[in-house]
Order: sequence, then structure tokens, then C-alpha cells
Amino acid sequence: MPLGGVIFIAVFVTVFGCLCLLAGRLLGGKKHQDAVKLAPYECGIPSQEKKDTKVSVKFYLTAILFILFDIEIIFMYPWATSFKQMISDGTGTAALVAMMIFILIFIFGLFWEIRSKALEWD
Amino acid sequence: MGESAFEIAINCVKLVLVFLLMVQMVPVLVWLERRGSGFIQNRFGPNRVGPLGLMQLLADAVKFLTKEEFVPKAATKLLFYAAPVFALLPGTLAFSAIPMASPLKWGEHTFLIQGYEIGVGIVFILAISSLAAYTILMAGWGSGNKFSLMGALRASAQTISYELALGLSLVGVIMMYGTFNLTEMIHAQEGAMQFQAFGFTISSSLLPNWGIFYQPLAAVLFFAATFAESNRLPFDLAEGEAELVAGFHTEYGGFKMLLFFIGEYGHMMVASGLMATFFFGGYNIPWTTTEQVYQWALGIVGSPDWASALSSAVHFAMFFAKLAAFLWIFIWVRWTLPRFRYDQLMDLGWKTMLPWALANTIITAVVVFAVSQTW
Repeated sequence: MPLGGVIFIAVFVTVFGCLCLLAGRLLGGKKHQDAVKLAPYECGIPSQEKKDTKVSVKFYLTAILFILFDIEIIFMYPWATSFKQMISDGTGTAALVAMMIFILIFIFGLFWEIRSKALEWD
Repeated sequence: MGESAFEIAINCVKLVLVFLLMVQMVPVLVWLERRGSGFIQNRFGPNRVGPLGLMQLLADAVKFLTKEEFVPKAATKLLFYAAPVFALLPGTLAFSAIPMASPLKWGEHTFLIQGYEIGVGIVFILAISSLAAYTILMAGWGSGNKFSLMGALRASAQTISYELALGLSLVGVIMMYGTFNLTEMIHAQEGAMQFQAFGFTISSSLLPNWGIFYQPLAAVLFFAATFAESNRLPFDLAEGEAELVAGFHTEYGGFKMLLFFIGEYGHMMVASGLMATFFFGGYNIPWTTTEQVYQWALGIVGSPDWASALSSAVHFAMFFAKLAAFLWIFIWVRWTLPRFRYDQLMDLGWKTMLPWALANTIITAVVVFAVSQTW
């Protein structure tokens, strides 16, 4: 069972990372901090915006579209693994036609998305 | 893991070794990147510390360690510290799943030369490596700096956009091999080119039986998408220094910065390993099969145990050579191509690569179906 291995290395790497941070903290040079140094990085002027600065809604839209299309792609994976098997079982024609219909819907979605200018960055 | 305590111990040691291999590759790659850029740009690069500047890595590590530990006031402390630690995870977990040499048979034990074997290898690796977007967002939001946040948003939007082309380009590959398992894929690429079409067996001794000859378009799309996934030039909009200082790691320094580096180079290594596995025969030596190499090794050392060890070592060297070749291409491209503009980048991902990957899927499906018919 690989799950034990995955958990083991995940914990190991996390501990390794924490030890690195600790080492950096212990061995790091002496602290010298003042208000200017602690301010957010900016080119010599006070930072104009807070961190909850306004960002383009396009990022949000891209993420939503990604989820839609990614799920559609994941649906193709099990089909792709068993396609050759289905051909040798004699159900290849049905499998091919079914997937082509699915891809047609996919293409329609992509086409509609491009036409509605959801992907224009200006 | 295994049944007995012995196997569990072996598996743990193996995983740690894979992780150490990955971490140890980072300074070498940084050196290669700096020397390589010097070579390409007709200048020296680091050449003062040690022979060929090789000790520069040690000097850098010491310098990173002794830098002042610093957290900006506006930062969310937990996220700011957690991000570099979690940056290590996706690369390590994914790299452990890539087979690096033929299994070592010693007595009644069989050791796989990889961290762990996962039946659904591709799905696991894709799922794990897309977690990198979270690390970037944690760093960007946790820094409390607008440059970091914008860099993180750009990086994550770019990562998920190219994830689509990446995932879709692999559908054709999976169709060819009919499996998710990376080891089975490598076995399918053994020897010289040979395939079934229209009921005939077609073979050619000119070309090795590599995936790239069956899926050239998928190989190009996959490789281009991995550049975007690992935020490398020409897709490094996340840290376009002319606009965003350094992107999501603007506020980071010292060892925290180094952990991000390890994460990024880990991504490159996963991408290179996958390129080799899917399209270039994995650990196989071109034109030969694993069995042939084993027989050759048996002729040299005699005992089956040592022959297995020798063939594993030879295969590992082959895998490593392929890995190094792709890593060099990563570095080479960085100093060759200029950076895209952000809208060009998104257009390339959504309007060019995604349709081409879709076309590749359709063509592969039709061709696989057509050549399976007998006349």
C-alpha cells in the first residue's frame, strides 16, 4: 500500500522544512528592525494599498472556467485507459461515438466561452 | 507499504533517499543555471569559489543560513511561515512516484527503484503537482504586500490555465498505453519500434519504440505546459521583475527563499522525469529491453543478484542522463526566449494549446480505432 509511504514522506518533508526554518532563525544574523524595514516592500514610498487591494475579477472567472473544463478532462481519463480494451471487446464503436459526442459538447463550451469574451484580458 | 518491518524500513530509507536526491540536485542545478547563463551570454558566471565555481553552492547555503530572519509587519505569520515548507511537498511527493530504474531483485526480495509505486501514477502526479498553486497563494496572501498578491494571483491563474492543456495532452498518451501506471508505460516503450496496424505487425529497427513517435504533438504540448506549471521563462509572469519586483516571494529572504527554490527546481525535475517516462522510454536504454540489459549484466557478473543490481544501476544512469538533458533544456530555454505579455500567455493557453490538445485527443482516438480494424 503506497498510502503509508505518501504519508511518511509528507511528514518527513514537513519536519525537514520546519527544521530549516528553525535553523534559519537560530543561525540568522542579529535582528535590526525599525518601522520602515517592517513596512511592506515598496520603492521608497509608503505603500499605497493594503493587502486586500482590488484585483481583476478575471482571475475569479478563470478559476471557475478551469474547474468546469478540468472536470470534463478528468472524465476522459478512465475512458482513455480502457479504450483499447473496449475495442478488443467489440464495443469500440460505441465508445468512440460516445466520447466524440462528449468532446463536441466540450468544444461547444470552449467556443461559447471564447465568443462571450470571457478570456479577453484588456 | 510492505508486510514486514524490514520492508517498511527499506521503503522509508528509499523515500528519504529520493528526497535527498531531489534536494541535492538543487545546488547543482543552480550552479548549472548560473554557469549556463554565463556561457550563453558570453560571460563567466560564478568562477571564484572553488574549481569552476563549484563551491559557490556551499558559500550560498552558508549565506542563506546566516541571513537575518525577517517577517514584515503586515504579514499573516502562519501563512508566511507555512508557505515555504509546503512548497517542498508537491515536488517531492510527485517525484517519488516516478520509476527511476528497473526493479532490483535480491534473493527473494524485489526492490522498486522509486519512492512508491502507485497504480494510478499519472492521476496522482497531476493531482499532487497542482497543489503548488496553494503554496503560491499562501505566500502571496501571507506576505501582506500588493506585489506578492498580484504575483500570486497571476501565477495561480497561469498554473490552472495550463493545467488544462497539460491534462488533455496526456489523454492521447494514456490511450496509446492503456494504463495509468508509469512502470507499464515504460515497459511498453522497450526495444525497437514495433506496433500493430490493420492486423499487421509493423516494426522498424531505425527508431526506438518511444512514445514521442506515436504522440509528437502531445509531447510538445506537455513540455510547453510544464514550463508554465513550474513558472519558468517564457512563462514567468508571476515574477516579471519589471512589474512585480519578485512576484509572490518579494518579502522572502534567507532560508525561506531557498525552500521556494527547492520547490521550483523540484517541479522542473518532476516535469523532466515525466517527459522521459511518457515520451522517451523512461529508464530504458534506446533499442534495448530491460531483459536484454539483464542478460548482458548476467554475462558480466554471473550471479543473478549482482546482475540485477548492475542492470538497475545502468538503467538509473540512463534515466538520470535523460533527466539531465531535459533539465538542461529548461535552463537553455530560459536564456533563449523572451517573456510573454500576460494576455498573450492566457491566449496561448486557452485558445491555442487547449484546442490543439483537444485535436490530438480526437485524432488519437480515431487513429487508434481505425488501425485496430482488420481488413
